[in-house]
Amino acid sequence: MIHSLFLINNAGDIFLEKHWKSVISRSVCDYFFEAQEKAMEPDNVPPVIRTPHHYLINIYRDKIFFVSVIQTEVPPLFVIEFLHRVAEMFQDYFGDCSEVAIKDNVVIVYELLEEMLDNGFPLATESNILKELIKPPTILRSMVNSITGSSNVGETLPTGQLSTVPWRRAGVKYTNNEAYFDVVEEIDAILDKSGTTVFAEIQGVIDACVKLSGMPDLTLSFMNPRLLDDVSFHPCVRFKRWESERVLSFIPPDGNFRLMSYHVNAQNLVAIPVYVRQNISFFESGSSGRLDITLGPKQTMGKTVECVVVTVHMPKVVLNANLTATQGNYTYDPVTKILVWDIGKLNQQKLPNLKGSLSLQSGAPKPEENPSLNIDLKIQQLAISGLKVNRLDMYGEKYKPFKGVKYVTKAGKFQTGKVVPKQSSRLLFDKTK
Amino acid sequence: MLESSKESLKLEAMKRVVGLIAKGKNASELFPAVVKNVANKNLELKKLVYVYLVRYAEEQQDLALLSISTFQRALKDPNQLIRASALRVLSSIRVPIIVPIMMLAIKEAASDLSPYVRKTAAHAIQKLYSLDADQKDHLIEVIEKLLKDKSTLVAGSVVMAFEEVCPDRIDLIHRNYRKLCNLLMDVEEWGQVVIISMLTRYARTQFISPNEMLRDTNSEKAFYESDEEKRKSAEETKPYAMDPDHRLLLRSTKPLLQSRNTAVVMSVAQLYWHLAPKHEVNIITKSLVRLLRSHREVQYIVLQNIATMSIQRKGMFEPFMKSFYVRSTDATHIKTLKLEILTNLANEANISTVLREFQTYVKSQDKAFAAATIQAIGRCATNISEITDTCLNGLVLLLSNRDETVVAESVVVIRKLLQTQPSEHSDIIKHMAKLFDNITVPMARASILWLIGEYCEHVPKIAPDVLRKMAKTFHNEEDIVKLQTVSLAAKLYLTNSKQTKLLTQYILNLGKYDQNYDIRDRTRFIRQLIVPSERGGALSKYARRILLAPKPAPVLQSAFKDRDRFQLGTLSHTLNSKATGYLELSDWPPMAPDQSVRNVEVAEAVSRSTLAFDSDEGPKNGHSCEAGSRSGSGSGSSEESSSEASESDSESSSDSDSGTEQKKQSEAKPAQKVRRSSGDGLVSVCDRVCVCVCQQLSSPVFVPVHTYELLHRMTGKGLAAQYHFSRQPCIYDDRMISVQLTFSNNGDHTLENIHISEKTSAGQNIHCFSPIECLEPEKSVTVSMGVDFNDSTQAASFQLCTKAEGFNVSIQPAVGELLLPVTMSEQDFSKEQGKLQGMNESSATIAMTPESITSQPLHRKVVNMANVGVVPSGQNNVHRYQITKLVSSGALVLVCVVQKDSGAQLTVNTEKTIIGSMLLRELQTVLSAP
Repeated sequence: MIHSLFLINNAGDIFLEKHWKSVISRSVCDYFFEAQEKAMEPDNVPPVIRTPHHYLINIYRDKIFFVSVIQTEVPPLFVIEFLHRVAEMFQDYFGDCSEVAIKDNVVIVYELLEEMLDNGFPLATESNILKELIKPPTILRSMVNSITGSSNVGETLPTGQLSTVPWRRAGVKYTNNEAYFDVVEEIDAILDKSGTTVFAEIQGVIDACVKLSGMPDLTLSFMNPRLLDDVSFHPCVRFKRWESERVLSFIPPDGNFRLMSYHVNAQNLVAIPVYVRQNISFFESGSSGRLDITLGPKQTMGKTVECVVVTVHMPKVVLNANLTATQGNYTYDPVTKILVWDIGKLNQQKLPNLKGSLSLQSGAPKPEENPSLNIDLKIQQLAISGLKVNRLDMYGEKYKPFKGVKYVTKAGKFQTGKVVPKQSSRLLFDKTK
Repeated sequence: MLESSKESLKLEAMKRVVGLIAKGKNASELFPAVVKNVANKNLELKKLVYVYLVRYAEEQQDLALLSISTFQRALKDPNQLIRASALRVLSSIRVPIIVPIMMLAIKEAASDLSPYVRKTAAHAIQKLYSLDADQKDHLIEVIEKLLKDKSTLVAGSVVMAFEEVCPDRIDLIHRNYRKLCNLLMDVEEWGQVVIISMLTRYARTQFISPNEMLRDTNSEKAFYESDEEKRKSAEETKPYAMDPDHRLLLRSTKPLLQSRNTAVVMSVAQLYWHLAPKHEVNIITKSLVRLLRSHREVQYIVLQNIATMSIQRKGMFEPFMKSFYVRSTDATHIKTLKLEILTNLANEANISTVLREFQTYVKSQDKAFAAATIQAIGRCATNISEITDTCLNGLVLLLSNRDETVVAESVVVIRKLLQTQPSEHSDIIKHMAKLFDNITVPMARASILWLIGEYCEHVPKIAPDVLRKMAKTFHNEEDIVKLQTVSLAAKLYLTNSKQTKLLTQYILNLGKYDQNYDIRDRTRFIRQLIVPSERGGALSKYARRILLAPKPAPVLQSAFKDRDRFQLGTLSHTLNSKATGYLELSDWPPMAPDQSVRNVEVAEAVSRSTLAFDSDEGPKNGHSCEAGSRSGSGSGSSEESSSEASESDSESSSDSDSGTEQKKQSEAKPAQKVRRSSGDGLVSVCDRVCVCVCQQLSSPVFVPVHTYELLHRMTGKGLAAQYHFSRQPCIYDDRMISVQLTFSNNGDHTLENIHISEKTSAGQNIHCFSPIECLEPEKSVTVSMGVDFNDSTQAASFQLCTKAEGFNVSIQPAVGELLLPVTMSEQDFSKEQGKLQGMNESSATIAMTPESITSQPLHRKVVNMANVGVVPSGQNNVHRYQITKLVSSGALVLVCVVQKDSGAQLTVNTEKTIIGSMLLRELQTVLSAP
């Protein structure tokens, strides 16, 4: 299946290679570089590249290309999913998945890759199991290791690997038994210029941090499980119980994990927490334009909207921006043509406003399309879909755990000011007869 | 450092060496020094040495052999982790000399106690196979053995090995099929992907298509046309019943749509796409749309697959159209795919929304994408004829766009559209000719020239003018434009030679000395073709017909049109070409292969379900066993079988009074089952068993047999059929009533292949008899079949077929035949009767002659009419009959006749009041008759 893996940074250096079968020369990456050059931007590199003898499947993550070499037929998603799992594992072990972190821990990376794949077929990808086989680096441990010469490789096979609950290690012990759940929801929305919702949906995840001793069996129930339209679970969740009773019943992995992700598809019910009034215009004569953006809270259910950031991808002809903000501060990068306005908290009384002029490249024609705004925001203590956790019960263990649930709403792909053809364009495409 | 005696130093050195390997630097000269450390006790050091060995052993085979003995020792280590890693490294060292050692190690590891080691063995199989393909036969043996493994850990890996080594040995899967389906939920996610794709291939060879039926109903028209066709289609329209194993596969994979692993979801989706009946495929839509939230690369693959699906099935994704709207932040290849899908989904109803969406895309800053959008508009316009004009107008407006690529693309698309209906659009051509000067993209210029040339009759004034302009700039044009100029000139020469003769000659001269040989060739060809020469070229007569022939309009179609020849979700599908090692998905077989090959598993399923009943006594155990095997062949799921078993178990304990009978019955049943599974030809044997069962069940009641006519010999063209109710428990299913059919051939020729082909009545379950090969004239034959009437007197109708013809017949059950006698004591009778009072009771008084009230005749009459059991009665004037109903409910029916001076009081108690009243009425008529 997966033959080799090359890690390539943005500059095009191969800084790590690993082969699971016979060695494949790194010259195979030339095909990748070719495609990368053609694609201009790293995001545009096609995930699957064909070369005369091999197939290259790559992902781009955290400024690193993970390029895997395949020789025979294999579902591409299989490889892509695995590569993402590798990246997540690095993140888990080293805090972040950067070139520096990988280079610093090259031995652990190698040991990890060796355990994760055997002959190109995934072997152990559960973080709990890997952590027992190969201990994550900590400062203390590396100190101790260098003195005593002991190793950070586990001596025995993790018991979880053999049991029916491979995601949990045995013999977990905590003095404080805690279970925290974060309900994080993201709103994906496209609003048109007038603020009408073109498209809106809510995507949510429940991330859990469970530190419980022994083998607890948890049951999490919701006040309103009917809201959830489409769900996917961590393998630990018993699907049958969900089907019949709409409760999440599971033996949790130890530590942090994503319990479930869900989708709320209620076109009309999605509350849009902010409204935007925007006016970006470019003058036909003279090389200038005007910009005026105002933001205000809309349906926030009494909570404050925080961390509001507005990002505008300006057309290429915009050279510079001369603006004044009543709240927060803005930056304009003339190279990437991105305007970022960091507002912070949204105030009900005084609405933040950004106003000023844009200078355009002289002589260039005025851009046809008005740029759209991407908005980022955060609302604490609110799940915008109205999802509520009812209760958490624990069976199988005697102690009383400390439980907590946190709700956060964020903006996902929240786009406003998208030009939806109005009168003028309708002339083009409306049915004439 | 490697030579050092201190372990920490060695470890440090090894880490550096691994660092070198990671960077791709050559560290092979350290080989001898590293190999020495292979026997080191430190586990981390050992692992690093392993890493090194695997990397360089191929290059230094002789030295690598030194380490083999260490691995062989480690293979015997008590620690399973060490055993496994030793096997991993041993099998990863690609040195041909050690093949026999590897083979031995794999064989040993395959029977290791630890599933983890067995899993490693499965991996090692593939490694050995790639090193030495000659070992295939031995490896298949190991695979066969490991396939039987019940550990979820092993399943995925061994199926992977199977796919790699012997994907054509489908026969190895048969016996493990049901186990794999049942284990699937618990296998680790990577294994799930492999198993699902293997099972997809397997199912395609083993089951018949679930969508076949739909096609056949279409062909039913032919049904009445001629005798031959009739017979043929009668065979085809055999109602499709999904193989229970097929259903099992669909059912056990469905929950995996909820997996967090995108590869698993995709593989389930492709399984449903390739295997499920059409109406069930839709359940995958939502999950696929969910995947679009995932990483960019995942989106790319999923969108590709959706694009292929959306061509065949618009309806599947139409409700989710908004999910495919393009966002400005999407990568280009994702945008293009979304565009493709939107185009595929467009239909008359939603086209205005789609076009409005496209309208925004045209303005996108990503010009490649804008161009793709214009092409998409073109495709919509050809697909949906109502909007062609609208689109055309829209595209013409785009011609005045400032961006060159947009304009060029519009021109090309307009050309394609115009070709479909050129006559009405001369104004568009004129408009384009006007724009010609401003367009610089060669493809667009060439397109305009071609258009003008092709339709020069519509624009007689402009065409020569354009040619004049072209003559001026000829040498500066691109090759493609030059070629079109030459053909334009030629076409004009033919239609309007007066005005253009000189111009054409000038252009042909220019072309003659062009640098490009294509243009020189074309010029020479055109000149010979159109300019009449003294040799009187035979071709010039036809020049007009050659050059001005009407040309077929190009078909604008999706690039994903033929992608469905590849299995969805595969690499080959993504690349649209066959990748190495791609395994074709075979077509559905026309006839289902023998399904009993998978049956071995049944015994196992039974043994599992009986585990739960271990505490029970013998007969009950047998009972559950029977239920297990029935559902094993009926629905195939062990879960269901156990629930069913417990159901029937509780049932038998609830009427514990008749327990002895029940037990006997259940004891007898497994015996029937065994016979039945060994072949259908043993019906008569079964019948004999049945008779003895019946005798045990209740006291023998011999009644004259009522036969009813099923098919008259006149209507049946010689075939006559009669039926009677045998009053025996049905051997096929205890909810069925057994019916004896007697066929006799009254015609003068042999009838062949008498069988039941089509059950027309709904809701009734019929177990057909096995077809009768042939029936000689003047002979008759008796067969038995089972019918589940669902406790109603509705007739069971079906089609009785011979080789040549089919007859619609029906079996009308008498109410008395829906019953099965049970014996019980008088006390129990009164107790049950007490429970069934009120509206469950119906009674009547009958006037009877005193002599007929004496018990014997009365008894005979009742029994003649209904299949009842007698309850011994203490009182002389009370006759009690007790019956349980056979069919589905198994509810009790109690009949009581109490003698009175001038007649009798008749009471019927049952939950099923309709049956009760019908039975009462029937009894009334029977008893009041003299």
